[in-house]
Amino acid sequence: MSNHSFLSGGFAPAPESADHIDIKQSYDHFIGGKWVKASARRTTINPATEAVIAEVGEAGKREINAAVKAARKAYDGVWGQMSGAERGKYLYRIARLIQERARELAVIESMDGGKPIRESRDIDIPLVAAHFFYHAGWADKLEYAFPGRTPSSIGVVGQVIPWNFPLLMAAWKIAPALACGNTVVLKPAETTPLTALKLAELLEDAGLPPGVVNVVTGGGETGKLLVEHPDVDKVAFTGSTEVGKAIRRSVAGTGKRFTLELGGKAANIVFEDAALNQAVEGIVNGIFFNQGHVCCAGSRLFVQESIADSLVRKLQKRMETLVVGDPLDKNTDIGAINSKEQLTRIKELVKCGDEEGACRWETGAKLPRKGFWFKPTLFTDCAQSHRIVQEEIFGPVLAIQTFRTPKEAIEKANNTPYGLSGGVWSDKGSKVFKVGSALRAGVVWANTFNKFDPTSPFGGYQESGIGREGGVHGLGAYVNLS
Amino acid sequence: MSHAPLPFPDRRSLPPIDQVGLEERAARFCTRSLKKETKMEALRLAVTMLDVTTLEGADTVEKVRQMCAKALRPDPRDPSIGPAAAVCVYPRMVKAAAEAVAGRIHVASVATQFPSGQMRLKERVAEIRYAVKEGADEIDMVISRGQFLQGDARGIYKEIVACKEACGEAHLKVILETGELATYDNVRWASEIAMCAGADFIKTSTGKVSPAATLPVTLVMLQAIEEFHERTGRMVGMKPAGGISNAKLALQYLVMVREVLGASWLTPDWFRFGASSLTNDLLRQIRKQETGRYQMAGDFSKD
Repeated sequence: MSNHSFLSGGFAPAPESADHIDIKQSYDHFIGGKWVKASARRTTINPATEAVIAEVGEAGKREINAAVKAARKAYDGVWGQMSGAERGKYLYRIARLIQERARELAVIESMDGGKPIRESRDIDIPLVAAHFFYHAGWADKLEYAFPGRTPSSIGVVGQVIPWNFPLLMAAWKIAPALACGNTVVLKPAETTPLTALKLAELLEDAGLPPGVVNVVTGGGETGKLLVEHPDVDKVAFTGSTEVGKAIRRSVAGTGKRFTLELGGKAANIVFEDAALNQAVEGIVNGIFFNQGHVCCAGSRLFVQESIADSLVRKLQKRMETLVVGDPLDKNTDIGAINSKEQLTRIKELVKCGDEEGACRWETGAKLPRKGFWFKPTLFTDCAQSHRIVQEEIFGPVLAIQTFRTPKEAIEKANNTPYGLSGGVWSDKGSKVFKVGSALRAGVVWANTFNKFDPTSPFGGYQESGIGREGGVHGLGAYVNLS
Repeated sequence: MSHAPLPFPDRRSLPPIDQVGLEERAARFCTRSLKKETKMEALRLAVTMLDVTTLEGADTVEKVRQMCAKALRPDPRDPSIGPAAAVCVYPRMVKAAAEAVAGRIHVASVATQFPSGQMRLKERVAEIRYAVKEGADEIDMVISRGQFLQGDARGIYKEIVACKEACGEAHLKVILETGELATYDNVRWASEIAMCAGADFIKTSTGKVSPAATLPVTLVMLQAIEEFHERTGRMVGMKPAGGISNAKLALQYLVMVREVLGASWLTPDWFRFGASSLTNDLLRQIRKQETGRYQMAGDFSKD
């Protein structure tokens, strides 16, 4: 029987067509409404094939200066003066254009970042549009968002975003900034710059005044230059805790506002009275969504001991049905690991889990030969002290522990330097509220996981960051209140 | 092979069901995309799982005979397609159906005061015996939903045990009429009772009540079957019925069975579709796959 036999569990290839997309061979920086020739360049590859997709600019000091200057000019001259209602019109227009080009953006997101098309098409891009729509609505209602206070815009915002949700993170950053009357310099991640550049093209088409949004590409050094630029009034960063700490040090004493959304090691707690089959789905969605490249991933699973065996068995059975492979195939559940560096880090931590004595299990998925891949993996017999329990792996790797009492579950769940998200599974409402309230995390999901909505604030405690994005709370990060 | 009944089950041993999570999971199966050889194999498989059904007051012997011919050889131009798994008729039509198919495929009969089940157990059991005597080797019974919803779960258990006994060697499919059971938790509970009472198949609907089969409700029943198998080692079959009228939807059901129960359930012995108009859409899609051309409904005979 062939690999594609229905009875043997296969699927014939069902690739999403990439014929209609338009990617240039080379991109420059988008500064002041113009494409400014890049002085240095780097390539961006498709992590599923390792093939080069395009060249992009590597911005240095000169380009960052120009971008911040353009943003300042747009702020002083146009955007900072414009009425909220007018700003809202631009945001609505952007949201509609994103919907119109959703398929193209989804395909490019999957090509550049490795995430399955099912997710980029059904989750990322619809949420991108939703964020612009939501914030468009706020633009002329800001005075109602902060009762008794008067909000005003901040100025120029420097935004540095990660590679796990490239366009979605751009939307999370740009939409509230613009709604509140600020102008933006955005630096997308070095491995996933393409959808931010496509967004810049879309902003041109939307007729957004020059300089209101500027997109400069590059690596860590470029981001540092942007964050440290003296004429940036606010810094918004999503990424690793390590870089977040460095940013916090660099903005200290400068008077710059900042929000940081950093790593996580979320606890997902399943009680014996939970809806077990749905909990299995939630666990899978919690840790294998976007290959586990999710800061709020449910990477630590706590299972009540009475159901541990049957739950793990169910989980393993479910994991065997996950299709790993070509991100552009409509049946793919788990795409490519974003970069070689990330794959190396995942492998290193998994090796460490083996050495520390945790019991590893992985699915029988066949991995493609080219590109960066990792099988869906879980560890049982984990100890709180293991690195795989303490450190963020940022890959499709789940660490499972058991507990006996709710108190023990809460203690273990909170025993982490992070505090971004958490999950509670129980059919008993009172238990859900009690345990949920005791979790020290910015976002707690009950009987679900990894659900996002622009109306809901998102952010963490401790090493998971500071500030909130989304909802009214998120607006607060982009206004001065008097 | 038929089994002796197991003791009446303990409801507390069943996991609760979260409606939101369940429906989300069911929707995920609809995003699976079957192409080329995978699609063709699944379409051909679906034909062999059909319980080709007619349950009308207006049924005639001639109509049943024609339907049997269609079930035996769904596409006269291609003998490699089919046959269907069974024909499904009212008790009065069993004899005609049994003569027409002559043992080549199964003859199923609805019984027990289908579709309402509103009659004493005595008469309902007698109806089963009559259908079996006439030549049915599969019986589709309906449970007394009123009794179940009033809280008499043990009464339902006893009713199914009695029907199973009346079936003798014939296989028993227990129709839960999920459209009347109100919650997924009730569906799960009724499935458990039916399986413990000795059901060979559990079935969603009579087709006379809306909603009939849906993906989420079938998912609940598949998970019940899986957990029952895990605990007792017994396989139980699944039959969604009513509302599955096109090939695309049928394939989504098959993907769900594959991912929840595995390939061992992907045979007519363990999975059936109760449908009347699905056959021709499967045939249209098979020929479209073969020829690359879409077919008209009129290209295939109705009966």
